[in-house]
Amino acid sequence: MRFELTRIPSVKTLLKNRWPQLLIWFAMLAGFLFAIQAGLFGTTVGNRNFGIVFVWIAWWAVLILVAVPFFGRGWCAVCPISLPGEWLQRGAIMAPPVKKPRWLNLRWPNKLRNIWLQNLTFTLVALFSSVILTTPKVTAIVLAAMFFLAIGMSLVFERRTFCRYICPVGGFIGLYAQAAPLELRVKDKQVCLTCKDKPCYNGTTVELRGSSQAGYGCPWDVFPGGLTKNTYCGLCMECLRTCPYDNIAVNARPFSADLAKPSTRMDEAFKAFIMLGAAMVYAGVFLGPWGTLKLAAYSVGTTAWSVYAVAFLGFIFVLLPASFLGAVWIGKVFSRVKTTLKKSFTALATALVPLGLMFWVAFSLSFVLTNAAYIVSSLSDPFGWGWNLFGGAAFPWQPMLTSVLVPLQTLVLVGGLLWTATTARKASLEVNISAVPVIVFSTAVTIAMLGLLL
Amino acid sequence: MKRSELLSRILIISGILLVLAVPFAAQGTRAQGVIEIHGRMAETGGWNPSTFQAKAGVPIHLRLTSEDVMHGFAIGQSDTPVVDVLPGQMTEMTITFDKPGTYTFYCTRWCGPNHWRMRGKIEVSGDTLESPEPGTAPLYMNLNLEIDAAHPAVVTPVGIPDAQRGKQFSGLLPAAYQSPDYYRSQSPAQAFEDLRADPILVSLKDAEIWDLVAYVWQSNSTPEGVVEGKRLFAQNCAACHGETGGGNGVFSGKIQALAGKIPANFTDPALMLGAAPALLQGKMLRGGMGTGMPSWGPILTEQQTWDIISYLYTFQFKENIARWGK
Repeated sequence: MRFELTRIPSVKTLLKNRWPQLLIWFAMLAGFLFAIQAGLFGTTVGNRNFGIVFVWIAWWAVLILVAVPFFGRGWCAVCPISLPGEWLQRGAIMAPPVKKPRWLNLRWPNKLRNIWLQNLTFTLVALFSSVILTTPKVTAIVLAAMFFLAIGMSLVFERRTFCRYICPVGGFIGLYAQAAPLELRVKDKQVCLTCKDKPCYNGTTVELRGSSQAGYGCPWDVFPGGLTKNTYCGLCMECLRTCPYDNIAVNARPFSADLAKPSTRMDEAFKAFIMLGAAMVYAGVFLGPWGTLKLAAYSVGTTAWSVYAVAFLGFIFVLLPASFLGAVWIGKVFSRVKTTLKKSFTALATALVPLGLMFWVAFSLSFVLTNAAYIVSSLSDPFGWGWNLFGGAAFPWQPMLTSVLVPLQTLVLVGGLLWTATTARKASLEVNISAVPVIVFSTAVTIAMLGLLL
Repeated sequence: MKRSELLSRILIISGILLVLAVPFAAQGTRAQGVIEIHGRMAETGGWNPSTFQAKAGVPIHLRLTSEDVMHGFAIGQSDTPVVDVLPGQMTEMTITFDKPGTYTFYCTRWCGPNHWRMRGKIEVSGDTLESPEPGTAPLYMNLNLEIDAAHPAVVTPVGIPDAQRGKQFSGLLPAAYQSPDYYRSQSPAQAFEDLRADPILVSLKDAEIWDLVAYVWQSNSTPEGVVEGKRLFAQNCAACHGETGGGNGVFSGKIQALAGKIPANFTDPALMLGAAPALLQGKMLRGGMGTGMPSWGPILTEQQTWDIISYLYTFQFKENIARWGK
């Protein structure tokens, strides 16, 4: 059940032409640089600083409530962080030049061709998040560090290695993109098999440069002909531009489509635990009534924080995976089938993708609706210097939609649990074990999350 | 180079430069006369900036925020309203100083054991060259009172002296004992000794003399003054001295660890009945004594100190306790 969006001529033109994307990039890059500036030079009061408000409230709301659930890696297609690096790497912004770029163009090491590094970067950001999320300067430094790291990596390695292997955000967007109702796929795999040059992966040949078909090989290091899931496709539309056979399609599809094929990778399984666990810890720290916990999370470097960090890491990397492993093991005992425990574990961890996504949606709803009012005032006074650009500087803070928040969160969490149960059942059929213990596990963490949020 | 490539490069580069230039170009457009003050607990830095300048008659606009817990902002010896300073929020206020001089601003919320150290200075300059009013030395200096010395009451009453009962004998009281000068310079215990020795009052029992002392103390205060004193006490003193004056405020444990003894217990007759109002005022104005007692001189007006003192004696005298709701 697919609907090919690129069959609509206007959609196809918009996606193929480089200008619409470039103009969005342009706006994003300007906003991103402005956020860094605001963080560095603006007020130190977080909720009066454009940097904090636009990154952690506005962008986060759009990302987790709209972009990821509905467009998967849609954000990656317009993200500004890797752009200057990519332009430098290519030596061009629009069309490929005839000359070869002079940079190192190294291959990313094989041992690191997984998302463990992204697991690590996300965990690092998560450990310091109380400070990053509230201190404009720190936010600015983190954003700038990502920006310059992306540029540096573009000059040393080929393609978008920062996006694929380092970006702390890219890792979980990829994981949750599997559930999104949007995909880029080839129309006919046979066409790809017989295609000689594969410009979608290699870039258009020298002779074609300068033509309307000219373009780069997949920046995300993915061969479109082999795509079976969304995880590593950045939706940059480069292959749509270069395919000589018009064989690339952007499709609308049912939610959850990629999850029917369970993952076999441990790095992806752990990404699911990290995200699930981090959402729960955040709900406790940011929305819970425990002052001591909050203080510990904020007091980076103190003993209290070290205890918090160890507990956080223990919860994410030991407690959650171990109890999940226990559930998988029980399911295996009852089925008496010879699937390895590792294979069953990674397959069933796929079921945690919708649950984790819905945990994040539920958590984000409360703090986004609580703080959305700051968007108006920080637009008018981005540096907190007492400006009033659009007349909204004095816009009063007020939580929004408080009456529907709790029912909405409950709906999201219960919906997420049902979605996970369905996914777990499908995954369990693939590896021939019982899904019941995993569904019990999911129910338990959902109840815990309900308790933390409501 | 293709036209589109050139155009996109121009667009991107000029755009980036434009964005980067904004904060530098816009520095000058910061609203004039705005002073942003950040509060932190004294242990981690106090007020920042802790000193700023203003001109008499020229309004200044303050933007106040806290970087940790809730603080309060007040300016000593002025009728500027007290505002709360909250983390993550901007409290804005506009103030104008009428007279040049150095003002002290301070925290009014009990933010931590060193709460009272959260102070800063406002240097208000004036156009006129008039010299500031010559200050008068506080009474304890004129009286040569040793405010650091121990001052136990040489004699204390058996029960709680009652001003209402004392009023019955007020007809016998010589005028000298009723003047404010007498009240301010004598401790209640000294007053008792004086009255006891007075031949006119020889017929009164000791308890009745004490009642008369209570009456003298009450007649030197007004109900409004005691109410104001009670308010000021709750705001500024109760954190250490306790809401009921027992020396057991929320920070008393920390003070004890610091100074080796608890804050003064105003319910203790030996301590309070041995202290003259001028002595109490001296302790208040100067502070110190090696006990963590702040100096209130730059903050409280003279009237406010007398109001607090008249409230402090309500911990000792019965009628006052009943009359002012204590």
